[in-house]
Amino acid sequence: MKSAVVLLPGLNRDRDMIAALTKISGMPPVTVWQTDTEIPDVDLITIPGGFSFGDYLRCGAIAARMPVMRAVAEKAAKGVMVIGVCNGFQILVEAGLLPGALMRNTSLKFVCRQVKLQIANANTMFTRRYQPGQIIRSPVAHHDGNYFADDETLRRLEGEGQVVFRYAEGTNPNGSINDIAGIINGQGNVLGLMPHPENLIEAAHGGSDGRALFESALGIAA
Amino acid sequence: MIKARITVTLKNGVLDPQGKAIEHALSGMGFDGVGHVRQGKVFDVELAESDRAKAEADLKAMCDKLLANTVIENYSVAIT
Repeated sequence: MKSAVVLLPGLNRDRDMIAALTKISGMPPVTVWQTDTEIPDVDLITIPGGFSFGDYLRCGAIAARMPVMRAVAEKAAKGVMVIGVCNGFQILVEAGLLPGALMRNTSLKFVCRQVKLQIANANTMFTRRYQPGQIIRSPVAHHDGNYFADDETLRRLEGEGQVVFRYAEGTNPNGSINDIAGIINGQGNVLGLMPHPENLIEAAHGGSDGRALFESALGIAA
Repeated sequence: MIKARITVTLKNGVLDPQGKAIEHALSGMGFDGVGHVRQGKVFDVELAESDRAKAEADLKAMCDKLLANTVIENYSVAIT
């Protein structure tokens, strides 16, 4: 399984994502730059976290309008898997590849801590190596992770199993509606989540709870 | 040249934590009777265009495509 990492000015978790994909898949991902209009043949495209374009206008808003995102949208339409983490999630909603919006945390504070996540849907290509309802740990680090969607969108997300990760056991760090931490699109191949699973993949990180997400997507046995 | 002011505000029903914080700060400063406060954005845009109707259509397209996130925000365009 081949993977790619999208690079944009202002991202700062790109090296973490490259390291995680290299360690888990056994080969380094290809990198694509914001001005690239084509993405090589890969099975998984990831958009890392950070502060693309300084979070100017709205988080992810400028990045979502860069040429590389048109290429990501084309690949996603063809069924290629896409994972957006943190700023990557914000970019995917701004690009219209996922519904809803990510707003300022209700506390107005930047949160950097560990939370608990419940696997709300273990029947996706990103979570099949987890058990339904399983609680895992994951780091979060963001200022705008407060997921919002209108009532109709929310009903659809909940009804169709598109909510994949939920903050568990009172650890919601941002006030997101229904404790939503991560969602997939209707087609099931685009995932966005605020937590950083790439930062919890080996013993040196203090645990490997995030590893199964990448093993699921890359089709690697645990 | 046409000059326009675009105002972007949060839709009703969308929680505005920053507006809330400002509201509390104003009350704390002794401004009595402050009701809801909502925070928004203002963009002053200059256009090399003389046709007002064309300018207005372009400005609306800019709002829909970039300046506003219509999932959570409304916008208004005023040509000055």
